[in-house]
Amino acid sequence: MTSTIERNLPHPHFTDAEAGAKEFPDAHARTFNYFVPAKRRPTHYEDVTVEVQPDPRHYLSQGWLYGFSDGRGGYPLEWTALKAWGSDRPVPERYPGSGGRGYDWPALGWHEFRDPNEEWELTLYRYNSNVVRQINANIDTARESKAFEQWNRNWVHFVERHVGAWMHVEQGLGLYLFANANRRAPTNMHNNAISVNSMHRIRFAQDLALYNLSLTDEIEAFDGTAHIATWNSDPAWQGVRMVAEQLTGIDDWCEAIFAANVVFEPLIGELFRSHLVQQAAPGNGDFVTPTVVGAGEYDYASRDLRYTRAMFELLVRDREFSDHNKTLLNQWTATWTGRCLAAARTLQPLWSQPDWKPPRFEDGLDLCKNRFSALLADLELTTPKELKQ
Amino acid sequence: MSRQSVAKAHEKIQELAWAPLYHEPVSQYGTDYTFSKANKKDPLKQVLRSYFPMQEEKDNRVYGASDGAIRGNMFRQVEERWLEWQKLFLSIIPLPEISAARAMPLLFRTVPNAELHNGQAIQMIDEVRHSTIQQNLKRLYMQNYIDPAGFNSSLRNFQNDYCGTIGRQFAEGFITGDAITAASIYLTIVAETAFTNTLFVAMPAEAAANGDYLLPTVFHSVQSDESRHISNGYATLLMALADEGNHQLLERDLRYAWWNNHRVVDAAIGTFIEYGTKDRRKERESYAEMWRRWIYDDYYRSYLVPLEKYGLVIPHDLIEEAWNQIWNKGYVHEVAQFFCTGWLANYWRMDGMTDKDFEWFEYKYPGWYDKYGAWWENYNRLSMPNGHNPIVFEDVNYQYPQRCWTCMVPCLVREDMVMAEVDGHWRTYCHEACRWTDVEAFRPTFQGRETPNMGQLIGKREWETLYHGWNWADVISDMGFVRDDGKTMTAQPHLDLDPKKMWTLDHLRRCPPLQSPNVLLNEMSDDERQAFHAAYVRGGPAGRYAPASA
Repeated sequence: MTSTIERNLPHPHFTDAEAGAKEFPDAHARTFNYFVPAKRRPTHYEDVTVEVQPDPRHYLSQGWLYGFSDGRGGYPLEWTALKAWGSDRPVPERYPGSGGRGYDWPALGWHEFRDPNEEWELTLYRYNSNVVRQINANIDTARESKAFEQWNRNWVHFVERHVGAWMHVEQGLGLYLFANANRRAPTNMHNNAISVNSMHRIRFAQDLALYNLSLTDEIEAFDGTAHIATWNSDPAWQGVRMVAEQLTGIDDWCEAIFAANVVFEPLIGELFRSHLVQQAAPGNGDFVTPTVVGAGEYDYASRDLRYTRAMFELLVRDREFSDHNKTLLNQWTATWTGRCLAAARTLQPLWSQPDWKPPRFEDGLDLCKNRFSALLADLELTTPKELKQ
Repeated sequence: MSRQSVAKAHEKIQELAWAPLYHEPVSQYGTDYTFSKANKKDPLKQVLRSYFPMQEEKDNRVYGASDGAIRGNMFRQVEERWLEWQKLFLSIIPLPEISAARAMPLLFRTVPNAELHNGQAIQMIDEVRHSTIQQNLKRLYMQNYIDPAGFNSSLRNFQNDYCGTIGRQFAEGFITGDAITAASIYLTIVAETAFTNTLFVAMPAEAAANGDYLLPTVFHSVQSDESRHISNGYATLLMALADEGNHQLLERDLRYAWWNNHRVVDAAIGTFIEYGTKDRRKERESYAEMWRRWIYDDYYRSYLVPLEKYGLVIPHDLIEEAWNQIWNKGYVHEVAQFFCTGWLANYWRMDGMTDKDFEWFEYKYPGWYDKYGAWWENYNRLSMPNGHNPIVFEDVNYQYPQRCWTCMVPCLVREDMVMAEVDGHWRTYCHEACRWTDVEAFRPTFQGRETPNMGQLIGKREWETLYHGWNWADVISDMGFVRDDGKTMTAQPHLDLDPKKMWTLDHLRRCPPLQSPNVLLNEMSDDERQAFHAAYVRGGPAGRYAPASA
C-alpha cells in the first residue's frame, strides 16, 4: 500500500500583483526614467547597461565612499588625457544642508557613448558560442576529410610557428591592455564594451592554441611548441612583440584602446591575418586555418573596431573639447604609426616562406595603409607623415 | 569540446602566457602584500571553447524561465511584500557585480602569476554577465509587476538613497585601496566565499516561497559562477600566506572585511528574508538559522578554520560577535525596524507585520514581541495618512539613531555605540570594530608598519547631513522619490495602492525639518556630548530611549 508522507511546503496564493490590475500614480510608468535614451525609445542594451556605474556628477549624492591611498575614488576622469564636454566642471560640492542634486543627466559627454554592438551578457555569450561551435565544426570536418594531409611541409612549419606566434599577441593585449582597461573608463558603456573586446582577444588566443593542439595530434611533423620559440626569439617577430609590450605599458586608457584598435590592428593585425595568412593558406592546400583566423578577424573588423569608432567619433566631435582631443589623438597616431610600421616591416620575411606565395608584402601593406588612412579620415584625424616610411 | 579533454586543453592554453622582454606592462595599483614564494595553479581550469557554450546554455534556461513566468502569469501569485523589498536589492546588486569585473585588473600586476590571470579574466566577464542579467530581471519586474515605482527609478534611487549608499560599500570596497585587500580579501575571500551563500542561495529560496521563481532562476545561475570565483580567491590567499610578512595584513583585512560584510549584508539580506516574506511556516529556517548553516558552519568552520594551520589568523572573536549580534542583540530586527521608521526616505513600499508574523517571530526569536511588538503595532496604526505624521515624527518611544561612520548602518544596537574625534570632527560608530576600521585599519601606518597602499574612507558618509534643516517634502523631491502625478510618494508604509490612502508631499510639508544627528552631535559641548553618549548606550532595544533613571 502506498503511504503518503506529509510534506511541509509554502503555499503561494492568488495576489493579483500583475501589471494593470489597478490604477494609481506610476501604474503605467514602465520604463527606466533616470537616463535619456540615445534614440526615441530605450534599447534593451541601454536598460541593462546605462548608469549601473554611478557618477557623483549626477545622482551619487554622498560621493565615492572608498578611495585609493591618495584619496581618489571611483573612476577619475584624469585616467585619460582626452576630455568629453563637461569634464572641467567640478563635482558638485556637498556639505551640511547642500542637498544631493547633481547636474542634469548626462552631466558629461562621456555618458553619451553607446556601444553600437549593444553587447550585454545575452549577446556576448550567443556570439562567442556560435564562433567556437563553428570553429570546432570546421576543424572536425577537416579532420574527418583528411584535409591536413594536403598541407605541404613548408606550410605546416609556417602554421606551427607564425600562426602560432599570433596567439601571444592576442593573449597579451586581451589581458594586459583590454581587460586592464575595463577598470579605467568613466562609464559602464565604455567598460562593458572594453570587457567584451578583451574576451574576443582571449578567446581568439585560445582558439589558436587549441587549433595548434589539434594540429599536433593530426599532423605528425607538426611541432606544437614551435610557436613559443618563434615568439621568444625569431627576429621576424621581435618588432611585433616589442610594440605589443609597449602597448601594454600605456597608462592612459583611451590611448591604449586607440593605439591598439585604430593603429596596431590595421597596420599589423590585418596585415598579418588578412594579407598573409588568409591569402597564402588556400594556395598551400589549407582551407581550415582561414576559418579560425577569420573568426578573429571578424571580431576586430566588424565588432571591436565598430565600438572603437563610435567611442572616438564622439570625442573628436565633442562640442567642447574637439580640438583638444584631435590634437592628442594626432600625437598618438604619429607615435604609434611609427612604431607599428617599423614592427610591420620586421614581419616581411614571412611572406617568402610558404611554397605558394601570397600577394607581395608591399601590396598588402599599401592596402593596410589605405584602410588606416580612411579610418583616420573618418575620425577627422590627420594622416601622419610617419605613414610614408 | 572536440575530442580534447578540458585538462589537456587547459594545459595547452598555459603556453599562451609570456613574460615581457622589452617593456613592462603598466602598473597602476599598489599593494603592501608581497608574493615572493609560492606559485599556485589556476584552479578554474576553464577554457573559453567550453565556457561560452556552457554559459549560453545557462542563459537559455534563465530566459526560458523568464518567458514562462510571463506566459504563466507568475505575477498573479507574487507577494507584494516580497517584491517591494526587491526594489532595494535589485537597485544595489548590479553595481557590486560590475565592480567585481572592474576589480580583476587590480590583481594582474600585484599577483605575479599568469596562470591565475586566466581565471581572473573569466571572472571579469562572468561579472558582466551577472550585472546585466540582474538589470534584466529588474526590467522584467518593472514591466510586469503591479507597481513599477521604485523599479523605474532604480539606479537614481540607489545612488542617492542612504540604503543604497550602505550597499555601495559592497562594490567600492572591491575596486579601490590596496589591491589585495580590495580585490582578493574583501571581494573573493569574504564577500563571495561567505556572503553570496545568503545572497544567492538563501534569499532565492525565500523568493520561491513568495511566488517568485524568477529570482531563484537568475540567482542560482549566478551562484554557479560564484563557486569558480571562490577558487580564484583561495589560490591567491594561499600564495599570500606563503610570505610571512603578509600575515599581519591578512589579519587586518580579514577583520575589516568580515565585519563590514556582516554589517552590510546581514542588515539587508536579513531584513529581506525575515521581514519581506509571507511564508510563516514554523519549519522554515529563520535568517539566524540560515546564517548558522551557510556562514558559521560552511564558511567559518569548513573554509576558514582549516587555514589556521597555514598561519592565517582568523578573527574568531568577530565571528562570534557577529553571531551574538544576530542572535542575542537582534541586529536584523533593529535594522528592519529602522528601515520602516525611515520609510519616507526610501523608494519601496514596506508592509507592516501582522499577528501571524508576530507569532512566527516569537517562535523563532523568543522574546521578540516584548521588544518589537508594540512598535510594529504603532507602525500599522500610523500607516495610512489620517491627520498624523509618519511614524518617525510620532511618539512611539523610538530615538532616531546616530549613523556609523564606517559601515553607514545606523548605530542600532545602542549599547555598542562608540565615538571618536577624527580630524577635529566627532564621528559615531555602531561597534568598536567599525571604529577600529576607520581609526586604525584604513590608515597609512598599521601597528607601526608602513601601509602606504591602504585605501581611505571618503565621501559624505552621513546622509542626513546633506539635508540638515530641510523640509521633508523638499528632501523627497530633491531625491526624486515621487510618482508621476508629481506628489504621491514612491515609498509607502503599507501595500494599499488606493491613491486616497497613499502619502503625498503635502503630508510631508507639515512635518518638522530633517535634523542630522551628526551635525547636532558636533554642535554639543564636550560635556553635553558625553552625557548624550552615556544616555544613548543605555537605550534600546527596539530604539527605546534610555530609562529616565540610570
